[in-house]
Amino acid sequence: MNMNRLHTMSYLESMLIRFGIAGIFLLETTKTILLPPYALKPLVKQIAFIGARSLLVIVVAGLFVGMVIALQFYDTLVRFGSVSLLGSAVGLSLIRELGPVLTALMVIGRSGSAMCAEIGIMRVDNQIDALECMAIDPYRYLFSPRILAGIICVPILTAVFILVGIFGGYFVGVILFGVSPGSYFQGMSDTVLNRDLFMGFSKSLVFGLLIVWIACDKGFNLHLDKHGAYGSEGVSRITTEAVVISSIAILFSDYLLSALIL
Amino acid sequence: MVDPNIKQVIEIEGLNSWYGDKQILSNISLSVERKEVMVIMGHSGSGKSTLLRHMIGLNPAVSGSIKLLGKEITLLDRDELFELRKHIGVAFQNGALFSSMTLLENVELPLHEHTKLDRNTIRIMSRLKLELMNLSDNESLMPAELSGGMLKRAGLARAVIMDPEILFFDEPSAGLDPVTSAELDDLILQLRDALNMTIIVVTHELESAFKIADRITVIDNGQQIITGDKAAIRKSTDPRIINMLERRAMNDNIDADDYLDMLTRN
Repeated sequence: MNMNRLHTMSYLESMLIRFGIAGIFLLETTKTILLPPYALKPLVKQIAFIGARSLLVIVVAGLFVGMVIALQFYDTLVRFGSVSLLGSAVGLSLIRELGPVLTALMVIGRSGSAMCAEIGIMRVDNQIDALECMAIDPYRYLFSPRILAGIICVPILTAVFILVGIFGGYFVGVILFGVSPGSYFQGMSDTVLNRDLFMGFSKSLVFGLLIVWIACDKGFNLHLDKHGAYGSEGVSRITTEAVVISSIAILFSDYLLSALIL
Repeated sequence: MVDPNIKQVIEIEGLNSWYGDKQILSNISLSVERKEVMVIMGHSGSGKSTLLRHMIGLNPAVSGSIKLLGKEITLLDRDELFELRKHIGVAFQNGALFSSMTLLENVELPLHEHTKLDRNTIRIMSRLKLELMNLSDNESLMPAELSGGMLKRAGLARAVIMDPEILFFDEPSAGLDPVTSAELDDLILQLRDALNMTIIVVTHELESAFKIADRITVIDNGQQIITGDKAAIRKSTDPRIINMLERRAMNDNIDADDYLDMLTRN
């Protein structure tokens, strides 16, 4: 795509073409994921970056989200005399909605923004051109390990978030407010169905893909950006855009997937 | 497969290039012979780096023909272009080293990606190239810890690690002091003699160009003014070449009133 042509088109035309470029980006990356050679070391490095280094923030966020949900539900349920449903309410809301969405938003802030800025700086600094000149495919070298790591890590982080959230809810409901531990866990196991687990898992898979796709595409195609600056200002702008676009994409696809599965 | 007996390693015919509505290169035609040092000269913004990017296939040609090692690169698909690029090395103006890797890891990267050599052999080969660039004491440093001259030499080490047939070097002297710049020029000549490379250098430094070049192409405002050996450049009667050789500003002869009009126009 000739970037100069993109600069002179109408907003709608350039938006459509930009979507097309993002689609080609995903297609090329998927091709390199499926076709050999396969490299394990870069994948492990990205799993450490997206997964292991996000673990602490996910645990802390999961704990407090679980606690606040339990607090809110307890206050509501106690009015109807249905405190025994606390475990079900906490479990269902974490597994189906809050776990996948909040984990994804945390990963965007923690890893997506850093990834977009890193790739953007590589573009500005000619490092991506250098890769191409060394006959190293950037899609295979830079993006396939990141996309794979996103798809692997976000569901695992979501599971951790949900697990910690359930224990946060347990702390508030059972230990602070005296709800029976048996009814907390029994209610949860009675109401949470396989379909709910499937919904949470499939959402987190899609979110993992979306976060890394948007972050890497924004950084890689920084030079196609219509709004001018290509240096440090360009990197800061596309990083902000990547965070905003991926957050909206997460919320939009969350609704779409909920509507499809329910 | 690249023909090893090909004489003209680069052939450009009628190359035109635009950025938006602005024409950057206009009808450029030149050829580079094997083991020749061709210097592309011109002042800042003249289009010389754009020409280099066209030669290595980083900018797609809008019209014209570019043959690299006998292959028409405007017709190659992505995989074919990657295959061809295994025969070239490119040293960027700022080094373009990967900031998350040490100097040694940067130099090793192409060997890891394109060969099945074991780690030790790759390490030895990379250290040899770093030694050639006088960087062997700095192999464990990160790019952020290197000076401008070291970054350029490191970029050069990485560019020649696969012993390419053609080396492209963008602005080797830019931002360097005269001593470091002269050292880099000597290094380029050493590479040509020791590794039998064809070398294309883009620069605006006169002294450096006349020291290393077999032939020089001068570009001004995207137009090719002249291509010839050093004597031909010195004998040229083109005022733009004379201005360049005498280090005079291109608009020295502009009328003061015209200049004021130019500055104050809306």
